[in-house]
Amino acid sequence: MRRTLAIVERELRRFRRTPLLIAVSMIFPIVQLVVLGYAFGGSLKNLKIGIVDQDHGLPGVKIRELAGAIAANARTFQTIEYADPGQALADLRNGRINGVLNIPPGFSRRTLTQQSPRIALIEDNADNFVAGALNSSLGGLVRAYNQQLVGVPRIDSQVTLDVVEIYPYVPYIQYLLPGSIVMSIFMMVMIGGGIIYIDDKARGLHEGYLVTPITKFELIMGFNLSGAIKAVLAGSVLMTIGSLIAGIPDPFEPLRMMRVFVVIVATSLALVSMMFLFMVRVSDPLLPRAVFGVLNTLLFFPSGAVYPPQAFPGWMQVIAAIDPFTYAVHAFKNLLLKDTGITAIAGDLGYLVAFSVVTMTAATLLFRRTL
Amino acid sequence: MSEIETHQITKRFRDFTAVNEITFAVERGEIFGLLGPNGAGKSTLIRMLTTLIPPTAGSATVGGFDVVRQADGVRRTIGVIPQATTSDMELSVEENILIFAKLYGVSRERRKVLMKELLEAVELTQWADKPVKFLSGGMRRRVEIARGLIHEPSIFFLDEPTTGLDPVSRVAVWDMLRRVKARSNLTVLLTTHYMDEADKLCDRVAIMDHGNLVALDSPLKLKASIPGKNILEVSFSHTPPGWVERMNHLPSVEKVTGEDSIYRIASANGPATTLALMEMAAGAGIEVRSLSVQSTTLDDVFVHYTGRQLRDELQEASPLDTGFMLPQRR
Repeated sequence: MRRTLAIVERELRRFRRTPLLIAVSMIFPIVQLVVLGYAFGGSLKNLKIGIVDQDHGLPGVKIRELAGAIAANARTFQTIEYADPGQALADLRNGRINGVLNIPPGFSRRTLTQQSPRIALIEDNADNFVAGALNSSLGGLVRAYNQQLVGVPRIDSQVTLDVVEIYPYVPYIQYLLPGSIVMSIFMMVMIGGGIIYIDDKARGLHEGYLVTPITKFELIMGFNLSGAIKAVLAGSVLMTIGSLIAGIPDPFEPLRMMRVFVVIVATSLALVSMMFLFMVRVSDPLLPRAVFGVLNTLLFFPSGAVYPPQAFPGWMQVIAAIDPFTYAVHAFKNLLLKDTGITAIAGDLGYLVAFSVVTMTAATLLFRRTL
Repeated sequence: MSEIETHQITKRFRDFTAVNEITFAVERGEIFGLLGPNGAGKSTLIRMLTTLIPPTAGSATVGGFDVVRQADGVRRTIGVIPQATTSDMELSVEENILIFAKLYGVSRERRKVLMKELLEAVELTQWADKPVKFLSGGMRRRVEIARGLIHEPSIFFLDEPTTGLDPVSRVAVWDMLRRVKARSNLTVLLTTHYMDEADKLCDRVAIMDHGNLVALDSPLKLKASIPGKNILEVSFSHTPPGWVERMNHLPSVEKVTGEDSIYRIASANGPATTLALMEMAAGAGIEVRSLSVQSTTLDDVFVHYTGRQLRDELQEASPLDTGFMLPQRR
């Protein structure tokens, strides 16, 4: 253990002398949190929708008035009147507008004679988010229109759904915070652990260790512990700064902070052990830099940090199931967004600890005590 | 029992033999040098003795411990300064030494005493708290030497300890090694491709070439083992047929080698041979373009045993002689 602590001491003394490293590993997750959080967090505004009224009857005018009300209040879209349906479609294809609301000839007559009147939304579905927003907004418009119709009987036997939200509204930036904390841990593990480890190896620094009586386990344990301490620092700093930026309610409540800290420690150990397993037979300093981006994408996105994993295809759900990011993100979401207790994250903690033990054992077995 | 003993030790990397059946012994308190060009197998041999790579065949003991079966015992006995600079540039001189003291389990009290003594020995006391990155190449090498001695090893391995240093720094490292050795009766095994380093520093020298041990003795005896006390290097404007034969008959000449009008003449009496040679050349109308007379060096010993000059061989760096780039498979 004394030798393990000597390795840890050496790594941390070096770490203290390179404050730039800390800053660099923190910048990316914070920028990501702020940019993605605010970019994806709000509802879509000021989309452009062309309105083609080929009916010119009173019901059609009513539809246009409702569309005008949305444009003036919710500002989901702006309306542009078209006389020529062909011109509207051409503008849609050229990207000048995002959708066309077509009120066909005879709409008023079908409405008044109750012959299933229809209006059409022709949308640019190349952008699912825009298409979804227009669908939702114009669906609401149609519902509002139907309620205004005179003479439509209320059907009491229709089922209605009342939605009850058990947590306060979660802005996207808060949703993203757990992923950003895990990302900061990962960045520190890669920059402060993996890359430095391989660079030292290439410079021959490890030759100095290998001629001492230190054992494989002591050496790997020393690297893992020092890497984990650095990663815990990074995770804690981002948790603090990120909670303030994202506006997490009561972010410094002691019991929750303690639980979050436990997850940060477990996540750091899991990621640093995984990283050493990847790097244990690597000597080329270019390799960790080359795999950095691949690992980042492969671990971060399937984890549910930016989008619910339930939406992923099967193969990606397999990655998500073994990805330690998934469990870390899940635990942080429970603690930061739902303020749950330790029971809710016990499974995540168990997986992270088991993952650390397995990967560290494998790294120790694969580590060569000779050059 | 000798401090270091090898028996037919061999290292092969696939079909390349880096060290070929080498047998030698180093006694306690000796400074033993492995002299040879890059790629001769010196570093591979020292890495086998310091447990960094396992031998393919043969055996070796260091401090009485087998380098394969009792590697941990070897590691506790030795101090090692690898060829590459392995100090942490960001850490201070004292911190670098301290970390290794802890890796070797040196007690806090003993650490304090040794740290002071070693910093004085390597003349770095006033630089103790300075980061290594601010030190010169020679000072960095001295940090590593102090670091390698912090656990009081009985055997000290140095892989090319003065490579890349200026002449003044090299002499300073030699002086420091002599002082350390004298103080603790340390056994030192070093590799070098500097002839003067091997000559002036080592009690005995083993000359290696292409993985083989070609000669082993004290520098004095090695130089005495080859013909001539002096070596004349001479070049002529031209040479007539039979010129080598005529030079062989000059006074005190023991051996003549060379071609293309440039010759090396081993002589038991340099001045007498020089005088006779100049007279013979003048009489034959041959211009002597250059002439140098020098005492026999280890380079001459290397030439004698290998047929090549050591300084020429130094230009050929071997890809197998660069630390972590060693092939991993045996």
